[in-house]
Amino acid sequence: MTMTLQAFMAQLTIGLIGGCFYAMLSMGLAIIFGLLNIINFTHGAQFMMAAFLAWIGLTQLGPWLGFPSFAINFWVALVIVPLVVAAVGMVIERALLRRLYQLDHLYGLLLTFGVALVMEGGFRYAFGVSGQGYEPPELLQGPFDVGFMLLPKYRIFVVVASLLICFGTWYLFERTKLGAYLRAGTENPKLLQAFGINVPVMITLTYGFGVALAGIAGVLAAPIMQITPLMGGNLLNIVFAVVVIGGLGSILGSMITGLSLGLIEGLTKVFYPEASTVVVFVIMALVLLVRPAGLFGREV
Amino acid sequence: MRELREPPIVLETRGLQAWYGESHVLHGVDIQVRQGECVTLLGRNGAGRTTTLKAILGLTDRRAGRVTVNGTDVIRLPPHKIARLGLGYCPEERGIYKTLTTQENLTLLPVIAPGGWPLADVLAMFPNLAERADSYGGSLSGGEQQMLAMGRILTTGARILLLDEITEGLAPVIVEALGRAISLLKSRGFTIVLVEQNFHFARHLADRHYVVEHGRIAAEIAADEVDAREDQVNRLLGV
Ligand SMILES: Nc1ncnc2c1ncn2[C@@H]1O[C@H](COP(=O)(O)OP(=O)(O)OP(=O)(O)O)[C@@H](O)[C@H]1O
Ligand SMILES: [Mg+2]
Repeated sequence: MTMTLQAFMAQLTIGLIGGCFYAMLSMGLAIIFGLLNIINFTHGAQFMMAAFLAWIGLTQLGPWLGFPSFAINFWVALVIVPLVVAAVGMVIERALLRRLYQLDHLYGLLLTFGVALVMEGGFRYAFGVSGQGYEPPELLQGPFDVGFMLLPKYRIFVVVASLLICFGTWYLFERTKLGAYLRAGTENPKLLQAFGINVPVMITLTYGFGVALAGIAGVLAAPIMQITPLMGGNLLNIVFAVVVIGGLGSILGSMITGLSLGLIEGLTKVFYPEASTVVVFVIMALVLLVRPAGLFGREV
Repeated sequence: MRELREPPIVLETRGLQAWYGESHVLHGVDIQVRQGECVTLLGRNGAGRTTTLKAILGLTDRRAGRVTVNGTDVIRLPPHKIARLGLGYCPEERGIYKTLTTQENLTLLPVIAPGGWPLADVLAMFPNLAERADSYGGSLSGGEQQMLAMGRILTTGARILLLDEITEGLAPVIVEALGRAISLLKSRGFTIVLVEQNFHFARHLADRHYVVEHGRIAAEIAADEVDAREDQVNRLLGV
């Protein structure tokens, strides 16, 4: 091994960042699946939409409006874009998904898959397939000395922000009254409604929340990934493997599995780069053989 | 004159029908419950007692007829709006949330009217629950789950309690404790609809009994007629 510690740590950081995105996206999927019983195949497209909206806000909106100097900066986008993506998601839930709750999972999967194709097609039509770039905000440009190596400030920010979001979501779900309603609704929504809770509205808001997590991830990803209509679909393939490994429906499980699989991917890149793109799927196959419900899933 | 002195009717069904999918289960149930009354729904397995409670709450797939709760016609309302008119529901399967602790289960239900019991009063009625406050619902014993299922609806301010088979499968001491709880609730003015299999348990608590058979009311028996009509009751219940 001729690899320096520097290069090793760099790969590990890249793995950790990947893991952060896996964790945020799979948490959203788990929350949505818990309450709606739908595997949200639109998740990747919603992530992509958020990255695009951030980019549009920064580079396109001003010229479109005739004020070339007007731009929505990263920090504002980080707040507004997830809300916009969530609002669009809630409209989709009200108009389409709502009709499928009584049916088999498969129908929800097909519908959300179809919506994802439409969204990706729309962005491809409008912006083409070549990747767009997004400058990190000024505050986070340049490297930061963590003692033994230099890391781009923005990447450190992404890791810290994602971990906070993951922890916050876990706390909300497991330790607050609102979370108790979500858990109760996941277990037995009908009874919860018989106690006086407006479960249909709760479901819409929960879908919005899950989608907003994808939206935050999308804005965070804009400065470090190529912004293309397919960026979400590609990422979602891996995220689904993460969800299968962790077990659908477990918040903590998706967080831990997402982060660990990112790290494992990073390590594989160091020690056996040829396998780095398949390692997640190999683990998925092994887990399915040993524990079909996933590492953290409850048997149903 | 007698009419005038009687408390108002707080829960009424008229020709209530209900379906699960294609199967037609209730064929016209008529019951009337006055404020402060304790009324039972007796009947054999599969008679339609649970379904009557579910149809009142809007939990069956489809229903028709008339249901009034505190004077409001609720047949077109969604379940959460019906509950908010003052109903507290303790389902047959108890419906304890397994992923919530005892404490969370107890404090989960929204307040739907003023006058809900403080947690301390509920725990005074069911002291076992205090000891299990931090245990998850899934780990409670059958008796503890039953106490929790009853206790949590007292916190909401609901004044009409729909209780389904609360004594089912429980040890005699716990059944006795539940009997005392029902008596206390009655004395505090709650209106109670009790679905029971255990006639021996119900006969000393209720003011009136309805016997449900094949999705209809087959007989209505006031508490003071029970001794005289005992044979009829036993025949209808198949004991
Ligand atoms: N979810 C359901 N789907 C289809 N049919 C049902 C369902 N629940 C109950 N039934 C049917 O409806 C009828 C009435 O059932 P219900 O549960 O109301 O009876 P019950 O009087 O409460 O009796 P018990 O609780 O002792 O079984 C039964 O014939 C039962 O098989
Ligand atoms: Mg029953």
